[in-house]
Amino acid sequence: MLRYLLRRTFQMIPVLLGISFIIFSIMAFTPGDPAKLILGENATVEAVTELREEMGLNENFFVRYFKYVLDALKGDFGVSYRNKIPVFDELFSRFPTTLKLTFWAIFISVIIGIPVGIISAVKQYTIIDNSSLVITLILTSIPGFWLGLMLIMLFSLKLGWLPATGIDTWKHFVLPSVTLAGSCMATVIRMTRSTMLEVIRQDYIRTARAKGADEKRVILKHGFKNALLPIITVVGLTFGLQLGGAIITESVFAIPGLGTLMVTSVRMKDIPMVMASVLFIAFAIGIINLIVDILYAFIDPRVKAQYEKK
Amino acid sequence: MEKDINNIDKSKAKIKKRSQLKSIVYRYKKNKLAILGAVIFIVLIIISISADLIVDFEKDAVAQNMKERLMTPNEDHIFGTDQYGRDIFARIIFGSRVSLFVGLITIAISLTFGSLIGATAGYYGGKTDDILMRIMDIFLAIPSLLLAISIVAALGPGMINLLIALSVSQVPRFARIVRSSILSIKDQEFIEAAKACGTKNSRIILKHILPNAMGPIIVQATLNMASTILNIAALSFIGLGIQPPTPEWGSMLSDVKTQMRYYPYLAIIPGIAIIIAVMSLNLIGDGLRDALDPKLKN
Repeated sequence: MLRYLLRRTFQMIPVLLGISFIIFSIMAFTPGDPAKLILGENATVEAVTELREEMGLNENFFVRYFKYVLDALKGDFGVSYRNKIPVFDELFSRFPTTLKLTFWAIFISVIIGIPVGIISAVKQYTIIDNSSLVITLILTSIPGFWLGLMLIMLFSLKLGWLPATGIDTWKHFVLPSVTLAGSCMATVIRMTRSTMLEVIRQDYIRTARAKGADEKRVILKHGFKNALLPIITVVGLTFGLQLGGAIITESVFAIPGLGTLMVTSVRMKDIPMVMASVLFIAFAIGIINLIVDILYAFIDPRVKAQYEKK
Repeated sequence: MEKDINNIDKSKAKIKKRSQLKSIVYRYKKNKLAILGAVIFIVLIIISISADLIVDFEKDAVAQNMKERLMTPNEDHIFGTDQYGRDIFARIIFGSRVSLFVGLITIAISLTFGSLIGATAGYYGGKTDDILMRIMDIFLAIPSLLLAISIVAALGPGMINLLIALSVSQVPRFARIVRSSILSIKDQEFIEAAKACGTKNSRIILKHILPNAMGPIIVQATLNMASTILNIAALSFIGLGIQPPTPEWGSMLSDVKTQMRYYPYLAIIPGIAIIIAVMSLNLIGDGLRDALDPKLKN
């Protein structure tokens, strides 16, 4: 088990290196001279040349990439072009807010999505099943930011129940989390339904019923437990999507997280900040995938046995 | 008794006679929601092509008219006007052009490159496969919206850059699906026969393998176009996509926040347009998937 963990962790390294290389290359294509960008249009040629030298921009592309990675390993992602503070500090102070938002969004979509998925699988082709299918269809087709605007209109402007912007209390997180949960919930419902449909046709479910176990026990203990693995995979995968979606949701609700930071950085052409944000999020997704893989082993004894044999 | 056997044989023969394409169309037609999606999508295409016949681009959708600003829906402006006095109906009509055009081109570009990469990887296997697919995996590890934003950050906002950004972020998805379809086909006899005839590899891929792998690819393309339209709207909403004054559904929503308390229609109408377009594609995609592989449906 420990060996498996180590191997999985090491497997993350080439992926992260690859991501950083791709992002670094994309950013290297940026038209315009970063030195000019920092100094402004009116800078003298001498000043620009000097800054270029100082930033190491005259060096070979690969040398620059190599230096970036070495610095990044030490936690140094450069200094923001915009406000001259170290990129890492800014990222680190904003990340918890985004993580909190994403966590609540996933929590909401799992708490509602799994029961709805189970019920529509058990009651296949009934009104409940059909209406849950229609709801998932609508949820996958709604733009997240629009859902956010509608929720603000109803709950903040009309009813005045919940605040539309800020992060001061738990109330501030309700609307953004629900907004972000929308599309993820649709995926969870769909996946739960289809996996449960597959599982409840298995022989061991028939056996459980034949033994006289009551229906609730059959569905939850015998059925759901076996359907859990693919559901967890999907929840883990949607985490990445959620972090992407959080960028947009944060802009709707003016939440000072990684998303709003990214959007302003892109507008200001603050390249070090954009690069580090993308890397940060990719790293977070890698960690989540690792956790999902470890969870497999805990949930499914078959998976665990596989690794223990080796 | 003999008659019965004859009858059975005839009916079996009939089922066999129906070509694969026909039976797919038959199964698709039986799905009412899928038909609804197809009808909506065709109507959207007609609207976006004939947009100039319905409203005037310069006069209604772009030119500002401060005298008529923020008018609630009425006879002259059935969806009302925005804060610059532009007719929202006209902007929605022309917005469909942007969304569908960018969506279709994005899918066409990413499908072409994705198919080439996926086909090469799947067909040649071995090291080629390993290298190409590991690169695709790395691209896949970055959420598509995030990758698109990074590319827009480098190139700057605008329609062409948006196109490039969205296409690049979709390529690995197609590469993956094409590769897996190819793997399931390449060992079949007719490919071996083509090889035995001395057909060139490129011809085998383009003429023999890809046409046979089309099913799942088309489904993926339809569903990806739905999510691409969502991404176009999202990027334009945060100001990194289509730039004003070009009418686009997402950018129409980006500056309504201050007005929507008193003019809710400003926020509601463009959103509904997006939902209709995206939902029609999702319905078509789901319908096609069920029609192509009825076993998958449960």
